[in-house]
Amino acid sequence: MFINPEEVLQTISMVNIENFDVRTTTLGISLRDCRGVSGDDTAKKVYDKICRTGENLVSCATAVENKYGIPIVNKRVAVTPVSIISDGLKKDDIIKIAHAMDKAAENIGINYIGGYSALVQKGETSGDRELIESIPEALANTARVCSSVNLASTSAGINLDCVHKMAKQIKKTAELTAKDGSIGCAKLVVFANAVEDNPFIAGAFHGISEPEVTLNVGISGPGVVRHVIETEGKDLDIGELAELIKRTAFKITRMGQLFGAEVSSLLKIPFGIVDISLAPTPAIGDSVANILELMGLEYCGTHGTTFALAVLNDAVKKGGLMATSYVGGLSGAFIPVSEDDGMIIAAEKGALSLEKLEAMTCVCSVGLDMVAIPGDTPVTTIAGIIADEMAIGVVNSKTTAARLIPVIGKKAGEKVCYGGLLGDAPVMKVSQFSCEKLINRGGRAPAPVRGARN
Amino acid sequence: MKKEKIVVTAIGANKSGVVANISQIIAQYNCSIMDMAQTIIDDLFALIMVVDITDLNMDFSAFKEKLEERAAGIGIKIFVQHENVFRFMHRI
Repeated sequence: MFINPEEVLQTISMVNIENFDVRTTTLGISLRDCRGVSGDDTAKKVYDKICRTGENLVSCATAVENKYGIPIVNKRVAVTPVSIISDGLKKDDIIKIAHAMDKAAENIGINYIGGYSALVQKGETSGDRELIESIPEALANTARVCSSVNLASTSAGINLDCVHKMAKQIKKTAELTAKDGSIGCAKLVVFANAVEDNPFIAGAFHGISEPEVTLNVGISGPGVVRHVIETEGKDLDIGELAELIKRTAFKITRMGQLFGAEVSSLLKIPFGIVDISLAPTPAIGDSVANILELMGLEYCGTHGTTFALAVLNDAVKKGGLMATSYVGGLSGAFIPVSEDDGMIIAAEKGALSLEKLEAMTCVCSVGLDMVAIPGDTPVTTIAGIIADEMAIGVVNSKTTAARLIPVIGKKAGEKVCYGGLLGDAPVMKVSQFSCEKLINRGGRAPAPVRGARN
Repeated sequence: MKKEKIVVTAIGANKSGVVANISQIIAQYNCSIMDMAQTIIDDLFALIMVVDITDLNMDFSAFKEKLEERAAGIGIKIFVQHENVFRFMHRI
């Protein structure tokens, strides 16, 4: 037999027991030809283009799932940062574009659409300013639209004015969606060094150097890696363990490559990249924290966590790089809190703190992700948390992000339940000491030495 | 013409009629069995067939459903996957 029965059974066990899947196929659509004379006109063009380009995404992805017997968990769309087609429009006009995106997403049968975004690391245009102003209202009044704002880059420095502004908008979004546990903030990310081909919501957008349309893929989650460490990794030293993870990452990424090529060929559009990030889900066992714990930690967040995460992240990249022709996106382990069962438990046990999470973001992507904080956290403290995260990204020439949820009405130690893919978020403690004077200085922090590479 | 092949894996308690039932469906819709192997894992019987579906005379998804229905009828679990999964995942 040309196919080894053991390999067949291993694959079947991966799918049925270890949550093996293809995490996301994300269709990137350029909106640069969608600017109209007014907000209404632009919104209509946006709606038509998303519907026209994305109408077959779900059916093609489903056909490939069926053919290979491996699920594709998410089918999504990312569009050009909307601020780019918004210069000259006012806030209320731009919100119409958000509604058009929401309606188009519903029409083509997807649950999230990314790209209600602006890139302001060096400063704002009029469109950026109005779009940022509209974010809280846009997120509170739509179900599927996700927003992201790039605040810093290694070559431009950190826009502290906009860091402060986004902290205010995060708080405002939390207030506008207070009755649903401030869920609006789960759809809002701020970035340093945002990437243009990230397939993962909520930070996905179709970068300005991307082609007209492209398909990007995110690979399967941590369940498979966890299982292989559990069954084969008990007595290995750390180098051997890295090798084992690497081999597993190779197999996972191969599926991403196969599915991406196949779905894009069915859609007759170019295949973009495979993002080799380990993205957890709230399903039991599909957890990055569980992998770290199996590597030898009592709970994720204790001393040694950053080391274990660095080894894991590196091994996943090395395995993935060999398995796909085009690597891109964020490509590193994700450590969202609410979307990872093991992280939730570690935070509740008191093992995982905000400070440790921040340290962990130095060695992986993508940052402080889905972290619930007390609803009464001052805006300047939120800005301080974001600024710290931006600094890590800018100085280390890597992508970092913050998706913070100040849960209105909740205090540290309490919990907010979102259910579904968003999971449950334990509200984490923030420092009680102020950084108000620093944040109020405003301005733009210069690019670091590392930014001057030429 | 390049052949389209799938891998059909049936897992369940070892009992009579498994091969007969599965191969009947395969023949009914104009496909042919190219190779077959069987093994026992944890007291369960696993039957692996490589099936040529180049001349399949119905929609692939519907064919898959037919196989799944028949398998459920005789109390076994069946997995139907295109061969490329195995070629891609385990080889460069």
